[in-house]
Amino acid sequence: MRKLIFGLVLVLLPAVGLAAGGAVTLDTMNPDHTNKASLQRGAALFTNYCMGCHSMEYARYKRVAEDLEIPAELFEENLIFTDAKIGELMQNAMNKDMAASWFGAPPPDLTLVSRVRGESWVYSYLRGFYKDDSRPLGVNNAVFDLVGMPHVMVELQGLCAVRPSIGMNASVEPLSGNINNQDACPEYAIEGSMSGPEFDRAMWDLTNFLSYMGDPVKVERERLGIFVLIFVAIFFIFAYLLNREYWKDVH
Amino acid sequence: MQKLINWVDERLPIVDAWNKHLGKYYAPKNFNMWYFFGSLAMLVLVNQLITGIWLTMSYNPSAEGAFASVEYIMRDVQWGWLLRYLHSTGASAFFVVVYLHMFRGLMYGSYQKPRELIWIFGMLIYLVLMAEAFMGYLLPWGQMSYWGAQVIVNLFGAIPVIGDDLSLWIRGDYLISGITLNRFFALHVVALPIVLLGLVVLHILALHEVGSNNPDGIDIKKNKDENGVPKDGIPFHPYYTVHDLLGVAVFFFIFFVVVFFFPEMGGLFLEKPNFEPANNLKTPEHIAPVWYFTPFYAMLRAVTVDLFGLDAKFWGVVVMGAAIAILFVLPWLDRSPVRSIRYKGWMSKLALAIFAVSFVILGYLGIVPATAGRTAAAQILTTLYFLYFILMPFYTRWEKTKPVPERVTG
Repeated sequence: MRKLIFGLVLVLLPAVGLAAGGAVTLDTMNPDHTNKASLQRGAALFTNYCMGCHSMEYARYKRVAEDLEIPAELFEENLIFTDAKIGELMQNAMNKDMAASWFGAPPPDLTLVSRVRGESWVYSYLRGFYKDDSRPLGVNNAVFDLVGMPHVMVELQGLCAVRPSIGMNASVEPLSGNINNQDACPEYAIEGSMSGPEFDRAMWDLTNFLSYMGDPVKVERERLGIFVLIFVAIFFIFAYLLNREYWKDVH
Repeated sequence: MQKLINWVDERLPIVDAWNKHLGKYYAPKNFNMWYFFGSLAMLVLVNQLITGIWLTMSYNPSAEGAFASVEYIMRDVQWGWLLRYLHSTGASAFFVVVYLHMFRGLMYGSYQKPRELIWIFGMLIYLVLMAEAFMGYLLPWGQMSYWGAQVIVNLFGAIPVIGDDLSLWIRGDYLISGITLNRFFALHVVALPIVLLGLVVLHILALHEVGSNNPDGIDIKKNKDENGVPKDGIPFHPYYTVHDLLGVAVFFFIFFVVVFFFPEMGGLFLEKPNFEPANNLKTPEHIAPVWYFTPFYAMLRAVTVDLFGLDAKFWGVVVMGAAIAILFVLPWLDRSPVRSIRYKGWMSKLALAIFAVSFVILGYLGIVPATAGRTAAAQILTTLYFLYFILMPFYTRWEKTKPVPERVTG
């Protein structure tokens, strides 16, 4: 039997190597849902810059306020721009049919974008806009070629004159929490209000927020998971002892 | 208490049933870890039924509301996320334990006479389980749900003459739509579970009639003591009930690691495109079924030649169907005088190893996009898969088997 298992493992090993590989090189982004300050900044960026076009129609404002520890009143005053009540879904007023004729396709709902595309893609995409006069809106994206979306955060980042180089890994400095990332853009056509690293930090926060929105229960789930596993481990000990006691008389 | 039991027992044979199936059901004492997976399959079945019932309470089976209702369960329903992950992880876990359970049967010849019916009921369970999983996978109404169902239902269209009408009849529409979703929902939550439970009962009744096999493949009923109890048998309860608790603990540990820490299992248990609502105008660039179907999907894609004026796709469907159908006749293909792999010759051991490896690599090939090299590999592996069965009547007869001991060997 052992030989059989060993043989199986040996034959299967080459298949594992084949599993590697990918298409576009992306910046690596590992989200941190416990970083509440980052999530709050991300929520502010999302509601201010994205939500005019992109809804979060499966999520409720109230849940975000509670999870991110933002007082309800403060949240209503500063982060809800429609007349929605805090218990409502995070929808917007954009007409999907009209939006389709403006941009080519209606802006997608972003509740689950981090789970469809992955955080690294979202982060790279947000940093990937550059000037391209051949496009109807004057911008293109290094990750999403021929994108139909305008560069909404041009006032923050500025507009990169050339195609930025995406694919350098972002790393979080453990003490300060700053993002160490080489500026992807060597030359700007329009200057923005943020420096390169500041913008990267902001996009990291925004991606982190989108990641949280895709899987809001992650922190709680993993916290509970530990207790469940401890319980099962203790249960195993009792099951083992009980089994040993009964099987004493089987020879 | 005893009075109550007596009162009921005079009207319903509960004591008899208890003794027949647990208290005085004598199982061989030499079960190894491969014998955990039957009871674990029962455990997962119960998990699927219970979480399924609660999911149904909040799920909305309509094309307009299905996707949103799943997210409602994940976000707004108390413990909804846990119910959903238990159910989605449970689906994959079901196939893990069933595949291991079937492999155990192959290893120790548990399908051989007199256990042919147990094997056939088991195969029917496997078949219904595949239908159940396929229909359940449409319910979240994500992109992969939709296009996966589209691809699989279209397979029926490859059948000559009646194909197109057949797939139309299954879908109830010209493409997968809310109509299809509604009927799949009905089949997934009512019809198939009833069939499944009935088959499980038959599987166990047939097993308890002839008795369990064991890693030595010995008939323990040949050696009985003066009371008519098999010398190598022990009562299922309490010995194997407490023993199975150990298996349950180990299984739960692994299961909950997935549920609480890796519910998507890197896209294997919950595929990424399924977090996007179904869109009949946008085909995903790569459609792959969930991992438990991929060995058969690889076989389907491996067939690339048109034959007798019929499409390669049709022959692919035939090969895929045959790959499952041939398992049904396994009890009559094995001509070996011994049951267990322990006493079979080197040819059976090699054949089983090649079969298992082929199946696993086919599973991998069914997940990744096809290339010329991979298709060639899938063709070779599909052939090996079938050779295991087709050559079985020959190698099991020719090879030299080892002598089987009188009593079980621990």
